[in-house]
Amino acid sequence: MRREGSPWHGLGTVVLKELADNLSSARMRVLEWLIVLTAVAALYGAIGQLRDTTAEDPFLLLRLFTVAQAPLPSFVAILGFLIPLMAIGLGFDAINGEYNRRTLSRLLAQPIYRDALLAGKFLAGLATLTISLTCLWLLVLGLALLFLGVPPGGEEIARSLTFLVVAMIYGGVWLALAMLLSVVFRSPATAALVALGIWLFLTLIWPMLAPAVAGIIAPPDPRYAALGLPTPDTLQWQQMLARLSPHNLFGEAMLAILSPSTRALGAVFLEQLQGAVLGAPLPFGQSLLIAWPQTVGLLAAAMLLFVAAYVVFQRQEVRA
Amino acid sequence: MSDVVISAQGLTKRYGSAVAVDGIDFTVGRGETFGLLGPNGSGKTTTILMLLGLTERSAGTVQVLGEDPMRSPLTVKRRVGYLPDSIGFYDNLTARENLAYTSKLMGIPAAERAPRIAAALARVRLADVADRCVGTFSRGMRQRLGLAEIIMKRAEIAILDEPTSGLDPQSTVEFLDLIRELRGEGVTVLLSSHQLDQVQRVCDRVALFQAGRIVLMGAVGDLARQVLGAGFVVEIEAEGIGLDRRLAAVPGVSAVEAVAHNRYRLTADRDVRPDAARAVVAANGALTRLSVDEPSLEAIYARTFQTPAQEGISDAA
Repeated sequence: MRREGSPWHGLGTVVLKELADNLSSARMRVLEWLIVLTAVAALYGAIGQLRDTTAEDPFLLLRLFTVAQAPLPSFVAILGFLIPLMAIGLGFDAINGEYNRRTLSRLLAQPIYRDALLAGKFLAGLATLTISLTCLWLLVLGLALLFLGVPPGGEEIARSLTFLVVAMIYGGVWLALAMLLSVVFRSPATAALVALGIWLFLTLIWPMLAPAVAGIIAPPDPRYAALGLPTPDTLQWQQMLARLSPHNLFGEAMLAILSPSTRALGAVFLEQLQGAVLGAPLPFGQSLLIAWPQTVGLLAAAMLLFVAAYVVFQRQEVRA
Repeated sequence: MSDVVISAQGLTKRYGSAVAVDGIDFTVGRGETFGLLGPNGSGKTTTILMLLGLTERSAGTVQVLGEDPMRSPLTVKRRVGYLPDSIGFYDNLTARENLAYTSKLMGIPAAERAPRIAAALARVRLADVADRCVGTFSRGMRQRLGLAEIIMKRAEIAILDEPTSGLDPQSTVEFLDLIRELRGEGVTVLLSSHQLDQVQRVCDRVALFQAGRIVLMGAVGDLARQVLGAGFVVEIEAEGIGLDRRLAAVPGVSAVEAVAHNRYRLTADRDVRPDAARAVVAANGALTRLSVDEPSLEAIYARTFQTPAQEGISDAA
């Protein structure tokens, strides 16, 4: 049986209202400054290092994203770490906040479906992330022009735009997770804590845990060990398990997109390298192909988490 | 009143093995003010949420304005206004902005929004604080703002859940006046409460809830006759000898009870004050006070829940 009316009715209204709330909230300002300052610090370090190598590198702009200088990680690594924080900050009290303010039942008594509320909040969060990331991207471009004085080429722009899109999808994963938790937990504090716990686990602990788990699933072969080589089976498991973390997927996709000389992610067999000019950059299309599975993986994760939030929210009691 | 706008048959809601609402039937006519009464946890709010389609029912049928709220939720919610128990607003927005947001969700055309919001705010006497943040509002003001939302919506049915709980007496009186105004405009009002005297002041008919069932339903006067046996209670203070016998002989009086020394309570099927006064004077008694108690819901409620309540406790245990 079909539902009466459109589930999108009221969506635009919710998006605009939530976007206004997001952009004017104090928490948003704190997160923005946190990201801008850390990013500028990383860029400053990278620019200092790049000035020495200006003449040799054809992808100077891209190097700005990936070069790390001693105490600071690279710009991309910092974003990989901070985008989740921002997304969680935007989403952890999306639904339970309405519930605790006692506005939820009043909103749902209006002629809209719950879809509009949930999707509206998600889209508004995503739009907020996009606005901040785009500003950051323009900032990087501007700084590159100012300090390096080399205009970026077309391919560099295409690659850095791809970076922007993948970063948005990556933010979407964490936003969907935060919103799922905001539906499941009635207390925003619990939702925020659980979200941050998952974030820390997946970005810091899981990369260390994955090799151990892989070793248990596929124990290293002593014959390879005797040669000082890793066992292919173990290595493959290790990579598969590590890819369960969105942070890892984002890192791999960025590696392929922003370092044009990346030919493969993970283990490479000798035969695959036959005829390859090592260190030569791949065309943009080929890099995109390498990053494609990771990007689709991120997109799928965001969708699954959103659907889970949707299913739980549809059946949830609204009474206070 | 023949036109039925809300009807429920065998409406049931189960949470696991617990039954929150247990097969209730009722109808509300157009323009009527209907009260749901009962202790906390007796199923009033659950019933209201099922009428709005905000909670799925486990069994039974509901028709609101001829539609099923589960099947055509948008139509029902467009025509029904709801004031939830402990209503909340966005504290960082002004009263006007809060209403503007819901008015867009209601789908009111852009050109009509501002005048309708202004008119609604004026009706509930919040016009002069319309541009203040709702965070500074008192509870009474919030309730009134909630009512303004229903007025702005031009709802045909207003469902008010515990509208006066937590209000001071002054705000309560004001709020009840607003409800009466709504009813004067032909809006059907369904309100739930556990504050009986207030319900009695505004409701045409009431339903008494207990443990998920409706134990009594009807106009307050009818219920009084049904439960208390008679509609009128007259209290008399008089000095004299053998007054109780004389009072009992007054036509229409069904019982005489001596409450204290020289104080009698008569239960009658009509207003027997003139006859009672004559009887006292005829017996050479000195009449010092004569008063009539309107049939009160409180008495009905107390009488209904006294005995079954104890059974209810043993059932639950």
